[in-house]
Amino acid sequence: MLRILRKSLKTGIVTEAYPLDGNTPAPGFRGLPVWQRENCVKCGKCAAQCPTRAIVWSGRTDTWEIDSKSCIFCGYCEDVCAYQAFRQGSDYALAITNTQVNKIFGRSVNIRHLDAGSCNGCEWEMASLNGPVYDIQRLGFDFVASPRHADLLMVTGPVTRNLEIAVKKTYAATPAPKLVVAVGACACSGGICGRSYTSAGGVDNILPVDTFIPGCPPRPQALIAGLLQAVSRLQKPS
Amino acid sequence: MTPQAYDLKWEKLLAMIRTSIGVAVTPLPSYPGELHLAIGRENIPQLAGKFVHAWSFELVQLLANDERVIDGDFKLYYTFAGKEDQLVIVQTSIAEDDLTFPSISASIPAADWYEREVRDLFGIEPVNHPSAERLAVHADWPEKVYAMRRDFNLDTVVPRLDQQFSFKQVKGEGVMEIPVGPIHAGIIEPGHFRFSAVGDKVINLEARLFYAHRGMEKLCEGKTPEQGLLVAERICGACSCAHSTAYCQAVEKISHTSLPPRAEFIRTIALELERLYNHVGDVGNICAGVGFAFGTMYGARLKENILRLNELVFGSRFLRGINIPGGVRRDIDAVNACRINEALEETAREFNEFTAILLSTESFLDRVKKTGILSKQIAADLHAVGPAARASGINRDSRRDHPYAAYRLVSFRVPVYKQGDVLDRVNLRIDESAESIGIIKQALRQLPAGELRTPLNDLAPFSYALGVTESPRGENVHFVMSGSDNTILRHMVRSASYCNWQVLPSTVPGNIVPDFPLINKSFELCYACLDR
Repeated sequence: MLRILRKSLKTGIVTEAYPLDGNTPAPGFRGLPVWQRENCVKCGKCAAQCPTRAIVWSGRTDTWEIDSKSCIFCGYCEDVCAYQAFRQGSDYALAITNTQVNKIFGRSVNIRHLDAGSCNGCEWEMASLNGPVYDIQRLGFDFVASPRHADLLMVTGPVTRNLEIAVKKTYAATPAPKLVVAVGACACSGGICGRSYTSAGGVDNILPVDTFIPGCPPRPQALIAGLLQAVSRLQKPS
Repeated sequence: MTPQAYDLKWEKLLAMIRTSIGVAVTPLPSYPGELHLAIGRENIPQLAGKFVHAWSFELVQLLANDERVIDGDFKLYYTFAGKEDQLVIVQTSIAEDDLTFPSISASIPAADWYEREVRDLFGIEPVNHPSAERLAVHADWPEKVYAMRRDFNLDTVVPRLDQQFSFKQVKGEGVMEIPVGPIHAGIIEPGHFRFSAVGDKVINLEARLFYAHRGMEKLCEGKTPEQGLLVAERICGACSCAHSTAYCQAVEKISHTSLPPRAEFIRTIALELERLYNHVGDVGNICAGVGFAFGTMYGARLKENILRLNELVFGSRFLRGINIPGGVRRDIDAVNACRINEALEETAREFNEFTAILLSTESFLDRVKKTGILSKQIAADLHAVGPAARASGINRDSRRDHPYAAYRLVSFRVPVYKQGDVLDRVNLRIDESAESIGIIKQALRQLPAGELRTPLNDLAPFSYALGVTESPRGENVHFVMSGSDNTILRHMVRSASYCNWQVLPSTVPGNIVPDFPLINKSFELCYACLDR
């Protein structure tokens, strides 16, 4: 007991202050690809190589548009381009919110995790939010064991055929008002799984989604930023 | 080992096969360390019996493939692994008008799930299989729809039947049934467990899995080797690198591409970092199973440090985007080599301090000693792998038994424990973490200069090969077969969890219900790896 206490005191505080302090990943991190118009010859190799068809030419704006919800951050667009028209950016906090909320949730939000057929990557990142480094309780969020106690569902995976019923039941068991947050490329768009006999191709084909947190998987900071955005509490770091 | 020695080894084996079963076997074009044979399906039980029971080979994979487009038949591929770095793939044809094959599950229990999967996904019936129950498809899947056949399109809309699984009923006074899942109470993956218990004591446990079936093998079909890699990498979040390495090995064999030595070393380093973050995190997670918050938090912190190191060095916390068929996409420069070394020093120091406290905390030991014992017999029969098998006295490690990447060039110890309880699985992970740190340090010291990747040669049409890696959870076997146009025709993933899920239910009866999360965590089984 004394050893544990001593060790804990010696270790001190390891929790980081994100989002207050911000967090810039080291060079080489695979964030959202950035298109550089001046280099582009519009050959379309990037779009052909993109495994999830996240890169689409928009005639209207005369640009390549990158759908962050579909991107799996593989960097193949950067690799295939002979003209350096794509470079791997460092953006990771990419959440997209559909609904403007929500004073109701205030400063205490209970989250229920709902695995709809994920690869386990998003799970591990979400689990780390409960750990000492991110400690999401400091921001008023808490993971709970039952949908009956939850205000917000964090859904991972593309919604597989074998989980569709469970997903719908879990949603129904969550009392309103409730928010649905789709976590990771699979949940946001189907990701690498796409839409198939066994995959619904994203949570929004099954449930109304309020916030999408892209990433494959999203870093813990991206999850925190996305959650804060989902409850309209995100202030950009100064 | 020289190519000649390989040839001799195979000659001996071929002679043994000929004399013992009295029929001709046709050796097919093979690779060093991997012998391909073809045999009639009626000879399979006899040959499999000889391999497993007489020559101490292990059945490590069995899969079906729809090759009607090639020669009109379905094929089965049985893979046996021998002690001297031997992999033998025995192929047999199944004609379309008689879709049956003799089941070997009764004498070789490790074949059980494979055969059921072949039945569920291909509609090829294992005759005399002990179980008629579905495995890879759920009860609401219609009859006579087989997802892995080539005439089943990925985007088929499959109707849902109004059927539910039935479970074994344990009858008697005071027997309670406890259903758990598929959606679990923590941040974990989906699966259904059905306990029958009297009071707190578990009498029987049944697991229903394949909830996270995403059709990953089907997705791979028709993809280029590079695109297939992205699928392989996303089978599992926590063994990404082991999966992608195994896939790359198979593709590199088929295309006769040899890797630059630097790439082999970088793969080794990434694979061991993967093992290290998993093992360190798992020891912490096991603490969560007994409510020892100090340990949970400590493990989470150390794991986070390694994940951050991964991101710093390779750009991905879960080591994605490193492998590519033909080499690696990421280099390790001198600065990063230093960073890795420093981080390893710190991890070793902190982890030692942590485990010393853990292993002297009576309340922790009381829960983990003699809990969830996996018997050596069951582990051997069902071909358990990885830390689960090694904690039960089975000395098996693909890094040593089928060396790949740079594992021939580094020295390491394979720890083995005998009890097979949760404590042994904890101890094993602690020992292996130290070995991993040792391997990474050696690899960094020896890191040769040179290219990171060579261009992948074209895939020889309709060729198949295996990739075997040791993931943090154990032996990982990928079977890849090429199509005619430089694409992937079939990719079968036999993950470590595939084997270990089969042994888990045997370790629970006799324990109390609250010990189940602890036992489950000590195996650290991955649902996504199995369900695919």
